[in-house]
Amino acid sequence: MILRGRAWKYGDDVNTDVIFPGKYTYNVNDPNEMAKHALEDLDPTFAGRVQPGDIVVGGKNWGNGSSREQAVVALRAAGVTAVIAVSIARIYFRNAVNNGLLPVICPDAVAAIQPGETVEIDTERHVVRCVAGEFDFPPLSPSINAILAAGGLIPMLKAKLAAEAAS
Amino acid sequence: MKTFAEKALARAAGLPEVVAGQIVDAQPDVALSHDNTAPISRTFYSLGIQKVRYPERLAFTMDHAVPAPTTAHAQNHVDTRRFAAEQGVTNVFEVGRGICHQVLSEEAIVLPGQTILGADSHTPHFGWLGAFGAGVGRSEMAAIWATGELWLRVPESMRIQVDGAWPEGVTSKDFCLKVIGDLGADGGLYFSVEFHGPAIGALSIDSRMVIPNMMAEMGAKNAYLPPDDVTFDYLAPRRARRTGRSDIAAGREEIVAGALYPDDGATYAATYRYDVSSLEPMLALPHRVDKVAPVSQVRGTRVQQAFVGTCTNGRLEDLEAAARVVRGKRVAAGTRLLVIPASSEVYLAALRSGAIEALVEAGASIGTPGCGPCMGNHMGIPAPHEVTISSANRNFQGRMGTRDAEIYLANPAVVAATAIAGYIIDPRELE
Ligand code: SF4
Repeated sequence: MILRGRAWKYGDDVNTDVIFPGKYTYNVNDPNEMAKHALEDLDPTFAGRVQPGDIVVGGKNWGNGSSREQAVVALRAAGVTAVIAVSIARIYFRNAVNNGLLPVICPDAVAAIQPGETVEIDTERHVVRCVAGEFDFPPLSPSINAILAAGGLIPMLKAKLAAEAAS
Repeated sequence: MKTFAEKALARAAGLPEVVAGQIVDAQPDVALSHDNTAPISRTFYSLGIQKVRYPERLAFTMDHAVPAPTTAHAQNHVDTRRFAAEQGVTNVFEVGRGICHQVLSEEAIVLPGQTILGADSHTPHFGWLGAFGAGVGRSEMAAIWATGELWLRVPESMRIQVDGAWPEGVTSKDFCLKVIGDLGADGGLYFSVEFHGPAIGALSIDSRMVIPNMMAEMGAKNAYLPPDDVTFDYLAPRRARRTGRSDIAAGREEIVAGALYPDDGATYAATYRYDVSSLEPMLALPHRVDKVAPVSQVRGTRVQQAFVGTCTNGRLEDLEAAARVVRGKRVAAGTRLLVIPASSEVYLAALRSGAIEALVEAGASIGTPGCGPCMGNHMGIPAPHEVTISSANRNFQGRMGTRDAEIYLANPAVVAATAIAGYIIDPRELE
């Protein structure tokens, strides 16, 4: 699969409190409402200008902090398909996989990508393409790919439970 | 030769052995959720199944916004109670009982060598008692409720040897800030962080709990302190009370038998050594937990709000440390001191010990046990451009409700001394 979109580039250690503020975690439940607060405390222009297919680019330790899944769901609902980063905090990585947001660990691509340029991610060949060139990233494990292919953990589990019920 | 994480996840996955890097399906002994239980329950029902696989393994606390600040929060609690009743979940801890990590520790719901997964990033907390604790997302919690298991990657391990005698006025919080400052907010990313050495064994239970709790701020998957007699003596009577068992000694032996210790010669991806005897009180500066400095360097910074509480430093020892500092003094004009016990047990003990009295006499306001303003829900949200000093674990921009406020993190005595002075100060200077 090829994902193609504009790059929104941010720095190191972007935490979940600025991706989706904690004060909304128990009173904003609709993903489309969550999207309106995406990156609110980091880049107040993001929510109004993001387009479906856009790609977020971060430095090291993207998504550190709280376990809040809304920090992934808000980006997904805003149309973001992938996060390319130097490294991704572990719960954020899991939440991304579980919600069908492709996590790409590729420090070289992060260094090369310019804000606003169009970036391509080829998930079969494990490369990121941007103006500066092509950059390989390590493939994900089969079990993680299976979850992403199903569109996330809950869709995968639904399919599995339905299959079990039918057999 | 196995690390703690390899042993614990082999047990949780029902496998004879596992190695770092392997992905396993682990069955947690305990699955923790809090005010997020209601939204997780909606995801759970969307799976099209009706019954939680192992309701006895679930534990719910109402702690993140208690008492409910809005009707939406109140409804959330109602939905949580209803779900617990529908599913026969009995480990339910009501408004006012306290913060999840503290309450489940006090109730001895998790034991050494067991695995607890929590829909909360500070679930590594349970490493204080030698359990494998890791945070997961809401969807993952729904999956655990449905199937009883979840995929986990067996983490590589880091070993931190801790020697030396603790100087007066230096706490495990200062040690954690020092380590996180040295290694960085991603210094333990994906790691199981093991602590060993005499300086760990010398700590009280209250002080021990701080360490694995703070390791979440270094990116750790879990953290581990080796359980010893202090751990077992704390857990055994509590477990007996919880399970209605009269023979505490026999129960204690079972707890001891369940404990896991890493083998000598296990493989560590990194090893560090610390000597606590040269430490001084530390601060994390806005807006990063790994941006640390000794208190002496930031002395004099004006502060409007001082907060003692949270799952990191809201225990009896912390309230007493704060009370010792403020006894007979008054909170400075222009500064407010907010104290929120981590649990009802802590609250009662601090009432009986006189700590609460000393704090209130000094001008502190006391909140209902729970998270309070820690993550910006209510009960002490700072105004824009105000400065807060807090005994919590996290000081990210916007964490306490507004992106224009600054948060410093410190040990409770430093927080209390700052409230008295009105500016950041080492409590040893106030004596
Ligand atoms: S006290 Fe703070 S860090 Fe601890 S569980 Fe509550 S919100 Fe999280």
